[in-house]
Amino acid sequence: MSRKINSRPDIVFPIVGFLAFLMVISFLFTLIINLFIDGIEKIKDTSFYTSFPSRFPDQAGILSGWVGTLLVMAGAIFWSLLIGIPAGIYLEEYATKRGFIGKIETIIELNINNLAAVPAIIYGLLALGIFVYRFKFGESILTAGLTLSILMLPVIVVNTREAIRRIPRDIREGAYAVGATKWDTVRDHILPYSFGGILTGLIIAASRAIGETAPLITIGALTFIAFLPPSPFTSDFPFISLDKVWEVFMSPFTVLPIQIFNWVSRPQAAFQVNAAAAGFILLILTVLMNAIAYYLRQKVRRKYIW
Amino acid sequence: MVIGSMIESLKNLFSFSAERVSEMGKTIQKPEGEIKLEVKDLNFYYGDFRALKNINLKIPTKKITALIGPSGCGKTTLLRCFNRMHDLYPGSRYEGSIIFHPEGINIASPKIDVLDLRRRIGMVFQRPNPFPKSIFENVAYGLRVNGVKDKKLIQEKVEWALRASALWDEVKDRLNANAYSLSGGQQQRLCIARAIAIEPEILLFDEPTSALDPISTSKIEELIMELKDKLTIIIVTHNMQQAARVSDWTGFMYLGELIEFANTQKIFTVPSQKLTEDYITGRFG
Amino acid sequence: MFSSVTYKKFLDKLMLAVFFTAGFITIFITVGIVYVLLSDSIEFFKEVSIKEFLTEKEWTPVFATKKFGIWPLVSGTFLIAGIAMVVSVPLGLLISIYLSEYASVRVREFAKPIIEFLEAIPTVVFGYFTLLFVTPFLQKIVPNLDGFNSLAPGIVLGFMILPYTASMAEDAMKGVPQRIREASYSLGATKLRTALKIVLPAAVSGVVAGFILGASRAIGETMVVAIAAGMYPNLTLDPREPVQTMTGYIVQVALGDLPFGSIEYLSIFAVGLALFLIAFIFNSIALWLRSRIREVY
Repeated sequence: MSRKINSRPDIVFPIVGFLAFLMVISFLFTLIINLFIDGIEKIKDTSFYTSFPSRFPDQAGILSGWVGTLLVMAGAIFWSLLIGIPAGIYLEEYATKRGFIGKIETIIELNINNLAAVPAIIYGLLALGIFVYRFKFGESILTAGLTLSILMLPVIVVNTREAIRRIPRDIREGAYAVGATKWDTVRDHILPYSFGGILTGLIIAASRAIGETAPLITIGALTFIAFLPPSPFTSDFPFISLDKVWEVFMSPFTVLPIQIFNWVSRPQAAFQVNAAAAGFILLILTVLMNAIAYYLRQKVRRKYIW
Repeated sequence: MVIGSMIESLKNLFSFSAERVSEMGKTIQKPEGEIKLEVKDLNFYYGDFRALKNINLKIPTKKITALIGPSGCGKTTLLRCFNRMHDLYPGSRYEGSIIFHPEGINIASPKIDVLDLRRRIGMVFQRPNPFPKSIFENVAYGLRVNGVKDKKLIQEKVEWALRASALWDEVKDRLNANAYSLSGGQQQRLCIARAIAIEPEILLFDEPTSALDPISTSKIEELIMELKDKLTIIIVTHNMQQAARVSDWTGFMYLGELIEFANTQKIFTVPSQKLTEDYITGRFG
Repeated sequence: MFSSVTYKKFLDKLMLAVFFTAGFITIFITVGIVYVLLSDSIEFFKEVSIKEFLTEKEWTPVFATKKFGIWPLVSGTFLIAGIAMVVSVPLGLLISIYLSEYASVRVREFAKPIIEFLEAIPTVVFGYFTLLFVTPFLQKIVPNLDGFNSLAPGIVLGFMILPYTASMAEDAMKGVPQRIREASYSLGATKLRTALKIVLPAAVSGVVAGFILGASRAIGETMVVAIAAGMYPNLTLDPREPVQTMTGYIVQVALGDLPFGSIEYLSIFAVGLALFLIAFIFNSIALWLRSRIREVY
């Protein structure tokens, strides 16, 4: 048996392994080309981007979808940064893992690792049970943003921690040695030097959240939205109305992925063209975001060579 | 039988020095003149490990005191007690006292204001550790975190510190350049400038030249000797020649204990302890 | 020259409290999940006995005679996840051994982000691709393949979880110290023999952890199965027939209008609880396996 393995020329396996990798490439390639060919008709049609959904496939567009995606993502990014970056800083920079507080710190850490592995749809159930029904936020942009922010949170925490960990201890000691407090050190050194890494994490997290569909279906995102949320801007000073901002938060919404899901599930083949076109646009968005994150990561690694 | 005796002699060889510490005791001299720091019965623990054992020592004002000893002897540990650098990591514990004169505050007390302490006792590290910011901001940083807002004052102090660390002429045209564009030796002088800009009373050097080439090393040594007029200096070094060249007083440490503390000239010519002599003559370490 | 530091110290303590609070809040997410799933499940089990839930073989919540036996959903879920693993494990092993032991640095640096990109692709896009490309394609090869089936989603999920089964496995193999490989080469072993007999066994905890996380991902995946597997709770192991997964059921119910507290509303929390428990068990095994790697080296 062992002889058989040894006598096989060492050239066979790398070829088989490379072919396996080629399968992945061709899978991805087929996916992208397939969407592009199916959707080209709508991709090049500018009215597709400026029209509301319609029961006539040739008139239907993604205006409410991309506006909804933009608003929901803005909320998701805001909430996930608000909790994720400080939580990451705490675990990496403050936690000593000693004593009673140390036990809580260990629980926080384990908890975040576990959150990363919870199926996305469970977050949808959480949001439905808590945000929609118990907090009465309804099926709104606010609920959707909160839901996606929970999905993004573990990715942001992990990336924040990794970025902070790359900063050598010497730098911290240099700051403390002239009388800086921990907060001085975090504000003046830890955050600025880990900014690139944290931003990379944010983009990766956002690129995953932007395509999420299941948790938003669970909270009851509508598929047919033929209007945009009200504009919060006014013509008089202070040019923004807080009531209107609240209306935006509480307004019903749809997002690109839900629009796609809706079109895929329709029997008429004409709607599938719309689904393919919107899918292609969404895919290109995620490709771009990941490319930016990849580029940023390389750049950050070159910028600070400790 | 032969093997047995070989093992026996090997055992002796390894336990040799440790035994001698307890056999021969210590020789701690009191420096003449004004005293800046007074270490009394200091014990320091990392968790359960007792890294410093019953240290007693007086550091003279505006003199250079060197701490020497083989690696792991506790010299850096002792140095980092003086500005409470150990507090950054969990599990450190102090026993005994370190009296900071003239006020007589106890540095080893848990109640002490470490921020104020670190402003008054600066530190220069083993590896140059400038911040990845501009040269100017590196030096200004200590001023800023200590609440100095006056721009003109900051500029004056930065220039003064850079002159005092013999770096001004080399960097005056590129104060906004990143500190990482400087050479290793320049970076270390920048770190000295950063430390002295806030006018500390004591400056701690933790093997400041171990990462530098000989030319940079001699520049740093010159600088240390010039700084003596302004402040009290404590330097940890693994390089005995360096201790002999720059310091006025020298402490020899071994296995967490201070074995001998005396005038540098004396310790390098007629050490009182056999262990000190063995170390200085290169028999171990 | 130096100003008072009282404010600075206060700010330092305040920020410590802020950061700790942020960390602490994350615990409430888990608490919230457990609370919602449990409290609504308990309501559900007041109307449907746990015995029925676990022994009944039919799931017909929308029929006149409602039956709530979870097995058709569990079987659908595991059937698709099983097909995904059949595709993903061999493919992942081949790719990870190739990348870790054979590929040049340049190929590796090119390949890893591409494989990891699979995780970023919107699953609804995969769903479209499965329903309208993979299934019609497979129908040419597999006779009697229904338009909705578990085979096509299984295969697509097999690719989708490669970031775990290939990339994570590759990380585990790369983590095997070079000296162990060198020892093997110095005894005259070939690269392949070293890879299979030395590196793979040494990295086995990490590799298997990757597989388990991949399987967990496949079990929790929603959109591909909701679009392409059908919405038909079906206790079958035939990959050609339509099935419904646990996630698929939640989507189906959520698409309708959910009156708060109705039996349909409550049922998705019971199914969600079961799904959460399965994911939690898989994840715990994977974490335990990965903690073993750290002990070895």
